This record gives sequence, structure tokens and C-alpha cells, in this order.
Amino acid sequence: MQKKISSIPFAGTPEQEAKLMEVIAKSKDDPGAVMPVLQEAQEIYGYLPIEVQKMVAEGLDVPLEEVYGVSTFYSQFALSPKGKYNISVCLGTACYVKGSGDILNELSEQLGIGAEECTPDGKFSLTACRCIGACGLAPVMTVNDDVYGRLVVEDVEGILKKYKDE
Amino acid sequence: MYRSNVLVCGGTGCTSSNSLKIVDRLKEQIKENGLENEVNVITTGCFGLCALGPIMVVYPEGSFYSMVKEEDIPEIVEEHLLKGRIVTRLLYQETVENDKIKSLNKTAFYAKQKRVALRNCGVIDPEKIDDYIAQDGYAALGKVLTEMTPEQVIQTILDSGLRGRGGAGFPTGLKWKFAAANDADQKYVCCNADEGDPGAFMDRSVLEGDPHSVIEAMAIAGYAIGATKGRVYVRAEYPIAVKRLQIAIDQAREYGLLGKDIFGSGFDFDLELRLGAGAFVCGEETALMTSIEGKRGEPRPRPPFPAVKGLYQKPTILNNVETYANIAQIILNGPEWFASMGTEKSKGTKVFALGGKINHTGLVEIPMGTTLREIVFEIGGGIPNGRKFKAAQTGGPSGGCIPEEHLDIPIDYDNLLAIGSMMGSGGLIVMDDTTCMVDIAKFFLEFTVDESCGKCTPCRIGTKRLLEMLEKITTGMGSLEMIDEMEELCYFIKANSLCGLGQTAPNPVLSTLRYFRDEYIAHVVDKKCPAGVCKDLLEYNIVKDSCYGCGMCAKKCPVAAISVTDYTAPGKKKPAYEIDHGKCIKCGACMETCKFKAITKS
Repeated sequence: MQKKISSIPFAGTPEQEAKLMEVIAKSKDDPGAVMPVLQEAQEIYGYLPIEVQKMVAEGLDVPLEEVYGVSTFYSQFALSPKGKYNISVCLGTACYVKGSGDILNELSEQLGIGAEECTPDGKFSLTACRCIGACGLAPVMTVNDDVYGRLVVEDVEGILKKYKDE
Repeated sequence: MYRSNVLVCGGTGCTSSNSLKIVDRLKEQIKENGLENEVNVITTGCFGLCALGPIMVVYPEGSFYSMVKEEDIPEIVEEHLLKGRIVTRLLYQETVENDKIKSLNKTAFYAKQKRVALRNCGVIDPEKIDDYIAQDGYAALGKVLTEMTPEQVIQTILDSGLRGRGGAGFPTGLKWKFAAANDADQKYVCCNADEGDPGAFMDRSVLEGDPHSVIEAMAIAGYAIGATKGRVYVRAEYPIAVKRLQIAIDQAREYGLLGKDIFGSGFDFDLELRLGAGAFVCGEETALMTSIEGKRGEPRPRPPFPAVKGLYQKPTILNNVETYANIAQIILNGPEWFASMGTEKSKGTKVFALGGKINHTGLVEIPMGTTLREIVFEIGGGIPNGRKFKAAQTGGPSGGCIPEEHLDIPIDYDNLLAIGSMMGSGGLIVMDDTTCMVDIAKFFLEFTVDESCGKCTPCRIGTKRLLEMLEKITTGMGSLEMIDEMEELCYFIKANSLCGLGQTAPNPVLSTLRYFRDEYIAHVVDKKCPAGVCKDLLEYNIVKDSCYGCGMCAKKCPVAAISVTDYTAPGKKKPAYEIDHGKCIKCGACMETCKFKAITKS
């Protein structure tokens, strides 16, 4: 999958950097540390800009291309920042046969962005995700940690409104 | 000692519909009624009947409340827990018969099930090791370490006939035997908990509902092959599973069931978690091990097999969660017990995740050899809205579709392969007559194109070309020759890809071609989608004799493709409208607007 790489300037804080250094120091001797460290780095920064990848590479003493290779390989790693509210629509098989494709289209139309994109005001981002395992509630979408299940296209507007007004 | 125990499902399905809030409310209400010393609330793993979540069961009565809402809690506490009057209105209606309450095990969903791997899910509190121990937990590990030699353990697993539950069905005992035969200073036991098949969630349920069963089995495997270290590779998308597994590992360490000198036998074993990061190919064993090493999860050629050179180039075994969940039971009950269930070549039980167009979405565990008809129509409760069964898809992106004519085949590894599908991890998605089989094949190909790691050409380029052909067919640009070309390409990809992902990626296309070729032909020759799914092949029409001439559709049409005619239907006052197919973009807005259902799509 082609990853979207953000052109937004990097705005890390010294606190974030200190946290990252702590994580790196803790994992330095672990032979398979690149992935877990990147996972924690993404927790800290919300995404993995090239500046963060450089810090990880230097800290763990592995080539940057290896870090870049890992961060582009796995779908969990984001190279662009997510919106304040990240909406994920499940496109697993169970949700798909129950019409989650239509839900994604409706969201995309209402937000004016495609999958893997973020609205210009930084409020919403849209992701098509793999099965989250809530197949009993299909079709399912999540907004950050809130889960919405048994959806129909008409529900989309109301759900978005809740977050738009916040 | 409590008078009543209330079990609330804390699996992903039910927590997604707020079961944890129900637990809070329940505890609050119980306290308010002064029952906190009489009634115990337990958050358990998955009960399996996810379609009816959130689920709550009250023992000793065994009353099964389904689709519980927060506002129902005060009534349940006051009536049932305080006064002992079951709130029949809120029970799962199948457990109520002529006002009498029927045992859950007698309902259609549970009656035919046989729970081995899921035995503790929905029964114990997965965050309490004592609950697991009370269910004979860690007794198998004790037996193995104090009474059996590693060879005897391997022989027991071999005799049981247990085959890998993750996909290909390789005999588990054989895998262990190979790894045991290789000498090395360090060996590894790994667990594949990277459940990638979209629509399968049994591994997650085991990890969430009974994590200790996996830990115990991995320690047994470690003893059998001579490994002291284990790794569980689990999906990061399963936060509850990750959390409970970590709690379970910590508790096992505290009790001395992991670590040094377990049961005073001199055997050391410890486990670590590794989180996946969303790559389907990491379900392949060599790719998974590369990923545990922190690298891009690309597969490598075999041989050498992991039993010789696996994780960090050391002998390694890798089994799936559900496989491990069977191990302790086999040790405790004996291989004959396990082998007495199932068919000749597939022993034991298998968990299926029922999903799609089916009434009882959820997890079911059935003896091998049960027919698909029993699963879909008896346990699964059939197809909703009275629609017609079209196919069941098993094996996820590596599997195939099973049509109605094969509904009565006993399900096991070999039978499924023979009809062009596979067991896979046990996802079972039911499709009705509104599902387009060409579109489903395209859906799976989109998935594999996305997930192909790109290392080998047949998979990277082959699947992409396949998808392009499917896109042409679903947009009306296909031809009969293209179908033949596609079939040929499928066999090429299968024969030449490096790993299981590529070797099985064409299966969804091949199996739909085998059973639903007429649908492909309808797409390329008649340029029609019989199920009405492929947008580009649809045609919207106004039935003039039903049209009242209100003109709402013409107002809604975004491209002004609808205009008035000079025909007025008998009994109507205004002339009817019609659609210009040259302008129509097939958005369907007109059909949604029409109050008189005068617009059809075909």
C-alpha cells in the first residue's frame, strides 16, 4: 500500500523527545527493538515523521533505511498526522458484505476527503481499516475509541454532527 | 460465598456495545440495594453469541439476558437479584418456552456445539489466574513436568491427531517432533496470534476469555521440544487481548508457573509479547518470525524450515492460538478422547466465526464433520429477512466460496480443499442473493494486492493484474477471453509464488469461477450484475405506469438526466418521467426519493 507522507512541518516538543529517548534507552539491547520502539514513538508523536525515524535510527544504531523500511511496511504506522477525530471504517469481510463500503463512501462525501486523508482543519481523518473483530455488530466504524455498530448510511450524518459541534 | 454470580461479557463485541458501562451500573445498583456481599459480578470472555450483545448471565439460575441496556439494570437488580423474580421480558427469547425457562445449552445456537478450545470463554474471569486453576488450569503442565518425558508428550499430541488450526492443517505433533530432533543451544516456542483473516475472531476470543490456556500450552510445547523461551505475536488491533495476555503472563510468573524451575522440575520457561503492526503476510510463519526480529515481515524460502532455522536462526515451532487452546485438554483427557471427535483425518473440534448475512453472528465450536447446513441453518439461525442462501466463504482471502450444492458436505480440512476452499483460520461469512460473487472476488483481490509484501514477482504483479481484470469485468469492459486469461494467470500465481499468501491469493477467483461462472458471463456478455451490486452495470428505469408525475426524482437528479414525457398513465393526473441513460451516473438518488417505488434498478 502506498503511504501518504505528510508535508506538514515537524513540531515535536522537548518533552516528547525526552520520552522517546527513554524508550530507546530501555530497548537498546533488544535485538528486535525497531518495531516496538516505533510503536511507542507513534504513541508519543501520533505519527512517524522522518525526524522521529532519524532519532530512532540513531538511538538504536540501525541504518535509517531499515527504520524507514519497517515504518512503510506495516499499515499501523502512519507517516501523516491523524485528525483530532480519526474515523475508521471496518472493511473486513463481515462488514463489507453488510455494506460498510457504502458507509465509507458516505463519510468520504460528507467530509470531502478520501480514505487515508485528513480534513484541512485537522479535525477529522478517515481510514479504511481491517477487521476489528466486532463482526457481531457489522457494519462497524470507530471514532477514536468510540465504536458505532449496526450502521446504516443514514446514521453517518448524525454521528459526524456529534463531533463537529464539539 | 456469594448467593448469585452475574457474568457479563467483556469481549470486544460486547464492550463495543458498552458492556463495561453495564458492569459499572450493575455494581452501583447492587450496592444501592445492599447486595454487595451476596451477589458477585464477573467480567468474562466471549459467550459466542455476539449478535445479541451485550450479554449477561445470572447464576445459579442460568438466566441469559441479551441485548442488555444500561437502563434495564435497575429492574434486573431489583426484580431478579433482590426479589428472585426473573425478568422474562429481557431474556434471550429462545430460552423462554411457554413461560418456562429453557437451559441455554438446549437452544439452537448452543445445542450442537462442543466447547473444547472455548471451554473457559464466558465461564471464568480471564484476569484471575485462580479462576483458571479452579478449572483444572495448569494441571496439564504439572502432569507433563512431573510424570511425562518430552517424547511422551509429543507422542500424545501425535496420537490425538491434532492439526494446526491456523490454516493449512499441518499435524501439530509432527511439527514438535521435528523441532525436538534438532539440537541447539536455544530453541523458541512461538504463538501466532496475528489473526489477519478479516472476519475471523476466534483467536481474539480465546486470548480475551482464556489467556492462560495459551500460556500453559506454550510451556508444555517448550518442555516437549526443549525450548526455554517463547514469544506471542499478537495483533496490536486487539487491545483487550494484549492487556489480558500481559496480565496473565505476570500472574503466571508470580505463581511460579513461568520462570525458573517450574514445579521444582528444573524446567525453565518464559514468555514475551510482541505486537504486530498490521500486515496480513505476517500470518505466514517465516514472515512472522522476521517480524518478531523487528524487521519488515517478509517471508523467506523454505527449506530451511523453522524447525531447523526459525527465530534468530534457531529451531522454532509456531502454532496458532486455537491449536494451543486444545493442548492442555488433550494432555488431561488423553489422546483417545480427542481423537474420538471429528472425522477420519480431522480430529477434534473447530471454532468458526459466523458472520455476514446470518441471524446468529458469533463464535461457534463444533466437532469436525458437522455439515455447513447445520452450521448455517441450525446453529446460525439462517439468513435474515427471508433471503436466499447463495454461498458461504471460508478461509478468508486464501479460501473460497461454497455454494448451496455443497451444503451437506461434512466440514473437515480435506473436504474443504476438495471443493476448492480451505479451512483457514475459521472465518465463515455467509452471503445471500444480494451479494455479487464477482464483486466479492474483487474485494479479496484488493485485499491481497494491498497486503502482498512485494518480495516475489508472481504475487506482487500477478495479483495486481488479476485485480485489474476483475475491475474491467465489474465495470462492463470485460470479455469472455479475459475470463480464460484470468484463470490461466490464477494457476500461474499459485504455482510460482514464494509463500502461502501468493499461493492462495487466486483461490477466491478460482472458486467463484468454478461455482458462479454464469455470474461472470452475465457481467461480460450481458453487461449486467445479477445481484445489482456493480454500479457501472446497473440501469435505473422509471416504470411509467406507476409514475405519478410528481417530479421529485427530476429535482433530486444531480445531472439532470430525468425529464418529463408526454405519456400519462391510466388513472394518473400528470405525465410520467423517464431517465436518459446516456446522462445517468447511477447514483441512485432518484430511487431513494421516489415515494411510489416507481423506479427500478437492474
